[in-house]
Amino acid sequence: MSVDLSQFFDVFFDEAEEHLANLESQVLGLDLTAVDTDTQNEIFRAAHSIKGGAATFGFKDMADLTHNVETLLDDVRKGRRAMTTEMVDAILQTVDVLKAMAAAHRARAPLPDSAGRALTERLVAMVKQAPDTAPLHGSAPAASINQIYRIEALISGEHDWHDMLMRLADFPKARVVSYPLESGSSEPLIIEVDGLPADLDLVVDCLCFVLPRDSIRTGTSGAAAAQPVEDDTFGFFDPIVEALVSGETASSGDEDGFGFFGPIPTAPSQKPASGAADECFGFFDAEPPLPQPTPAQPVANMAEAANSAEAPQHVAVAAPHREARAAESSSIRVGVEKVDQLLNLVGELVITQSMLAQCGSALDPVANERLLAGIVQLERNTRELQESVMSIRMLPISAVFSRFPRLVRDIAGRLAKKVELKLIGEHTELDKGFIEKLSDPLTHLVRNSLDHGIELPEVRAGRGKPETGTLTLRAFHRGGNIVIEVGDDGGGLNRERILAKGRERGLPVSDTMTDQEVWALIFEPGFSTAATITDVSGRGVGMDVVRRNIQAMGGRIDIESMLGIGTTMTLRLPLTLAILDGMSVAVGDETFIIPLAFITESLQPQALDVKGVAGHGRVLKVRGDYVPLIALYDAFNIVPKVTELHRGLCVLLEADGERVALFVDDLLGQHQVVIKNLESNYRKVPGVSGATIMGDGRVALILDVPSIISMARAQGHGSKPGEEREAA
Amino acid sequence: MNETFKAQEQAARENLVFTLGNEEYGIDILKVQEIRGYDAVTRIANAPVFMKGVINLRGAIVPIVDLRIKFGLGEPTYNEFTVVIILNVARRVVGIVVDGVSDVINLLPAQIRAAPEFGSLVNTEYVIALGTIEERMIILIDIEKLMTSQEIALFDQAATTI
Repeated sequence: MSVDLSQFFDVFFDEAEEHLANLESQVLGLDLTAVDTDTQNEIFRAAHSIKGGAATFGFKDMADLTHNVETLLDDVRKGRRAMTTEMVDAILQTVDVLKAMAAAHRARAPLPDSAGRALTERLVAMVKQAPDTAPLHGSAPAASINQIYRIEALISGEHDWHDMLMRLADFPKARVVSYPLESGSSEPLIIEVDGLPADLDLVVDCLCFVLPRDSIRTGTSGAAAAQPVEDDTFGFFDPIVEALVSGETASSGDEDGFGFFGPIPTAPSQKPASGAADECFGFFDAEPPLPQPTPAQPVANMAEAANSAEAPQHVAVAAPHREARAAESSSIRVGVEKVDQLLNLVGELVITQSMLAQCGSALDPVANERLLAGIVQLERNTRELQESVMSIRMLPISAVFSRFPRLVRDIAGRLAKKVELKLIGEHTELDKGFIEKLSDPLTHLVRNSLDHGIELPEVRAGRGKPETGTLTLRAFHRGGNIVIEVGDDGGGLNRERILAKGRERGLPVSDTMTDQEVWALIFEPGFSTAATITDVSGRGVGMDVVRRNIQAMGGRIDIESMLGIGTTMTLRLPLTLAILDGMSVAVGDETFIIPLAFITESLQPQALDVKGVAGHGRVLKVRGDYVPLIALYDAFNIVPKVTELHRGLCVLLEADGERVALFVDDLLGQHQVVIKNLESNYRKVPGVSGATIMGDGRVALILDVPSIISMARAQGHGSKPGEEREAA
Repeated sequence: MNETFKAQEQAARENLVFTLGNEEYGIDILKVQEIRGYDAVTRIANAPVFMKGVINLRGAIVPIVDLRIKFGLGEPTYNEFTVVIILNVARRVVGIVVDGVSDVINLLPAQIRAAPEFGSLVNTEYVIALGTIEERMIILIDIEKLMTSQEIALFDQAATTI
């Protein structure tokens, strides 16, 4: 029965990652003064899932560590202990250590140092601390003594209870007392758990993976039967006797109700007890036969009475949980390559469709009415299909934002600043490719704002601002772009200081520069106005890297700032990585795409404006400036239709602060094109960054403007790029 | 020993036979994705002459190599009878232009002869064996080795080391 678990490791690690992220965000979201139960349960569940998974796959270190956190959380959940900042810190640290452990296990690397052990000790110490004497929500004192609990579950044939028994094997304290001999039998599975209520919870939790929750009943066994058993989550209720006497409903004090069963009385033989069980159970489930009348059992009657009184409420309370479970399984993991393949095929479909539409337009509309109607229909469906497929690649930006609450908390703590983080527009969707590439630049901007933007509390108070600074991350769509703003209400950029620093570094600055131009200076490499270098930022590396990263994604970054009021950095990104705004140009018989982001203007040169320089290369005079001129036909060895400059067109390109004029035959138009990789089946081609498929199904190459500009530079040094390449 | 084994292994599978000039070549049919006509290609600047360019194959950008030019078979023409074999080699998709595709054959071990040291358009380095069917001689070549070779320069070298 040995199964190689290692094949599931990756799944576990992925899940653990998700659970850890969830745990982290929930803990950070906690308002310590008013902790709501949903969040508590969510946190507990996350910890519990990690522990369960880790134990199953034999990562004992992770399981042990999580176990302690879980114990703490469980106490909190049950109101035995209040959540403290100290605990939050410990939990966050645990999350870090767990992440490190998971990474180490994943890489099959040796485990990181003893951080885990120290943390475990700290957690154990916390666990041992006497829980609060005044429980938070007045539940009965915990039954913390060891006793024997019974779990009864009805197993219908469809449940894989072998799987369940295997799960149970993880719990040494659980013992199967009896089980149905054949599937479909009405005999319940009876399990005894010898231990604390927490142990019982674990077993029940585990069973819930396999069985519907409402088919599981728990109770104490033996002399302890009359003692109220405290548990508010897993269908474990005060004894019915008590409820009836007090005239209250059995579940009124509980947060949810999965069953209304009292503890099973000490059973001299098992049979009557299970009979009672069947009866109660039968009320909710259509499957089992009619209740077996067992009048001799008072508990059964009482339970029945309670049931009939409570049935509607039971249904109402149970329903949300089912929904929650349905929501959990409503997404699937799919490899990116599958999505990309889908995108390709849809792109192809669009081309075929436009070809059909073209053919159709030549037909007689009367004679071919139905065919033409079909083509129109096809067009509509294709467009919708394309949109849906594109949307698969889109993820909400919360995937990036989610790391910031933690980051801000940590950094603000280290800098002794008070900062409130506001996240707006977390559901704005953007391409998956951006999500990965955005996190570094955004992290840098956030760190900058925290370090240089927001002032220390006393400074803020002195300036008449609230002590707590506000950092706002906002994302939204505007005009075919995604805009992400990182704003703070801190000190703002200091124009004088930036100018002074610029002069010091020998940059061409003047006092008449506009604010925009001055702010742009901070993107210069090595530029930092921070008085002191901290471990957070101020080394002057970074802003230039941020700008480069954003530009590499086809976006741009702007700064707005006002001294004493705050600074806002605005990133603008195209909607998706896979699509590019381009200008198509013709040279000879060929079509090329120039990314629009690099084009500053297009103009028709006058013959007089073109000058040769020292026998090599030519320059074009544009409003008094001389710009190197490259003829695309020359660079790519194409036979052009136009060689006289004044009959063609020049496109002025700008990248990395350099400008060139690119001579082409003609401009064809502006398109949004889907970027295809040339290297997936071929190789890197100099001067070409990729390819795309045009509306007629032909391939057009996308020009790599920076590399063309460096060609122009090479041209200045010697032979023309065309010749150079031929020689090579 | 290894060569013989390899020859028999390929022979045991089906081979797609195509013609280049007067010679017939066999390639492992499992490397063939499809056979199609010659479409308009988009030329790649500054590439070798036998590298015709790239085509759009259902959304994938696929390079096309004209083996006729590569092996110097006179003036190649491109018309409706020009055949392109789309290959799946080294986890990439590439197309080759040949004179024609004749048939698919199964060779018995008895029909296999060791590769000679000379005599075909294709460098003997890529020839696995010779197959004989009646009067025909089929040169079995390792198309994957040929297409990933430096000679064809289809891929960046870093990418071809698998």
